[in-house]
Amino acid sequence: MQFFRTHTLARHAALAVIALVALVLLTYALPSFRNFQLATVGAYLCATAGLTVLIGQTGQLSLGHGALMATGAYSFALMANQLGENGSTGFLLVIVPLLVAIVVAAIVGGLIGLAGARLAGPYLAGLTLALIIAIPTITTTWDGTLGGDQGLSVYVEPAPASLGASFPLEQWQAWIACAAAVLVMFLLANLVHSRFGRAMRAVRDDEVAARLCGIAVGRTKVVAFIVSAATAGLGGGILAMQTQSVSPGAYSLSFSLFLVMGVVVGGVGHLAGAVWGSLLLVALPDLTSSLLDHVDFSASAASKLDGNLALLIFGLVLIFVIVTAPRGLQGLVDVIRGKVRRTPGGQALATVPSTTTAHPQSTESSDV
Amino acid sequence: MSEHMSRLARPVAALAAAALVGSLAACSGSDDKSANVPGVTDTTITVGTHQPLTGPAAAGYASISPATKAYFDYVNDNGGVYGRKITYKVEDDGYNPANTQTVVRKLVLQDKVFAILNGLGTPTHTGVLDFLKTNKVPDLFVASGSRNWNQPEKYPTTFGFQSDYTTETKVQATYVKQNLPNAKVCFLGQDDDFGTDALAGWKAILGDDAIIEAETYVTSNTNIAPAIGKFKAAGCDVVGLATIPGFTALAVGTAARLKYAPQFISTSVGADYPTVAGALGDAAPLLEGMLGTNYLPTIDDTDNPWIKQFKEINDKYNGGAPFTGNVVYGMSVGYLFVQALIENGKDLTRESIVETIKKGDLTGPGLMPSRYSEDDHTGYGGAQMAKVSGGKQLYFGPVYTTTDAKDSKVEEYTDDPTVPEKDTIPTK
Repeated sequence: MQFFRTHTLARHAALAVIALVALVLLTYALPSFRNFQLATVGAYLCATAGLTVLIGQTGQLSLGHGALMATGAYSFALMANQLGENGSTGFLLVIVPLLVAIVVAAIVGGLIGLAGARLAGPYLAGLTLALIIAIPTITTTWDGTLGGDQGLSVYVEPAPASLGASFPLEQWQAWIACAAAVLVMFLLANLVHSRFGRAMRAVRDDEVAARLCGIAVGRTKVVAFIVSAATAGLGGGILAMQTQSVSPGAYSLSFSLFLVMGVVVGGVGHLAGAVWGSLLLVALPDLTSSLLDHVDFSASAASKLDGNLALLIFGLVLIFVIVTAPRGLQGLVDVIRGKVRRTPGGQALATVPSTTTAHPQSTESSDV
Repeated sequence: MSEHMSRLARPVAALAAAALVGSLAACSGSDDKSANVPGVTDTTITVGTHQPLTGPAAAGYASISPATKAYFDYVNDNGGVYGRKITYKVEDDGYNPANTQTVVRKLVLQDKVFAILNGLGTPTHTGVLDFLKTNKVPDLFVASGSRNWNQPEKYPTTFGFQSDYTTETKVQATYVKQNLPNAKVCFLGQDDDFGTDALAGWKAILGDDAIIEAETYVTSNTNIAPAIGKFKAAGCDVVGLATIPGFTALAVGTAARLKYAPQFISTSVGADYPTVAGALGDAAPLLEGMLGTNYLPTIDDTDNPWIKQFKEINDKYNGGAPFTGNVVYGMSVGYLFVQALIENGKDLTRESIVETIKKGDLTGPGLMPSRYSEDDHTGYGGAQMAKVSGGKQLYFGPVYTTTDAKDSKVEEYTDDPTVPEKDTIPTK
């Protein structure tokens, strides 16, 4: 155990493998629609994890991460359709478009990051906001390629034949999404614990002091933006794959704001908080719609509430969390665990996502 | 030391436990493979739909699914179909293709519906065709006139309902050719298959170069003044519209603001008078003289037996909701579906309902027969011109039938219109 304490990489790798095995086993227990939702959580997690690092660790607020997801999603769609037309089959049809999604989103992220490194606070937020608003216009201007409001259908192959003929596509896609999310969490956790992670936090806390320590402030910011853009691109690619379509309506302004809200509710800067955030983003609309199914509203009231109630509840959750747990749900979990740790019977409270927590503050102090 | 051991051991234990529970659940669930048809029991049939209850297309269309549900409630109160009551699960997708993806998966994978009935919208429904095909779900009577639904080889379980947009605009263009031979024609269409298919119909009759200006709009941008301005500058006398009701209202209103008064001709989806008048409010008189096409009985034909009976059902089972073309539409879908169920007989499977529809015996309330066959999955096959006059929208001229093919003829249809069966419940 001493080994895992001193070797961060080994610890993270072990946790990643365990998480992946557990998730794969979990997909066997879940019905198809839950697996679809699990895959959505995985896709969102790729984006929220990158976003929480960007906001929490470097202090750059991006309101337009949905645009970077859209970049990944459209790249995936165009690449997958091209490969499908050329007769490619098998795993190639998953991996190559996902890589293209990551690379294109990273390039776009790099360009925004270059501009963004010169901007601070609300100005960067404004820049990214403009990006997300431009998406519908971009897709309708080049509607021959991007399909306008209707978007594109994405060529997707059924699950590999080696898994059996009736293997559900949803489960197969949940595997891919979970693998991607675990990989992102693993890489980001290492990044946060690395020398570069300390540089990000130094830049966040005081740019002048960071510069005096020999940290290249601009480069650190741009690289952080590229990393978070790449993970958002991966998330978008997975979303395109599992819904077999991509359209501007999926990456609206409110979706981008939801991503930020998910990060804030989970706990800004906490990778484990990103898990909470992405879970909430998927679970809340589902819970509210099943609530509507069970409560007998009049037809007109139900049609007014449908679609809007989720927004309302999300807002209330956001206010509640900010008031009661300013460091987000993960902050709350840490507080409870901290208290529980002193009592002997507290082991039962260990939760799955908290195992992948990056504890920047606590580990930093032990590293230094 | 022990502190760090527990730090790693605890989550491992928790995950192992979760995995164990998971695999146990998987084992217990796996042998539950009965031969039952999803969504069908001895006493119920569950079907689902995705509808724009909110969002840009909610105006008008949001009243379709309550009308279908009202008709099903009426049938259920009269004993159902072969003793089975119909449950209609309506999910809101806000006319956003991304939401459609999720709600249709919920209906099929979680709620286990027998079929998707009347899923609304060209851009929304296009995205779920592959999913429904993969899961072999009957995808019946799609609420859109796109030609996408008519691909029997690629999507064997998908069937349209409406006259397709090309058919409708071919009838409109035929009217213009015969009655306004020297008119200059412009066209405004939605920026998707809806607009494209409708424009194809105009060009098929009038020629490829006859449309002087063809513009598109997107639902996310309500400023269509540039397009209308172009039509005015081009001096067009006739403007063909392939628009959803909100944008029909915008087109008419914007033209009035620009002091431009062409003859608007709208496809059925955007021509329903009460809906568009509602959107225009005080400016509703601008619609006077507007032309449109449709393939179902009009609400203003108060002697029509379909209209009479649908109105009664609407009053009794739909809480007396405003009686619009969308209500007629929703009930017609319900009637056609019940007709298919009854034709099918008591032994109902996903395969059998598809075969039943392909036999082509379904009529429903349409002004002309449906075209369903082995290799044609479109719905009704024609249209009739209607005009807004004195706040009423009444049919005039002959009923035409044609197809979406470019060179197929537009022919008059002279058979008697269908009448509802006793109590407006189809029988075999």
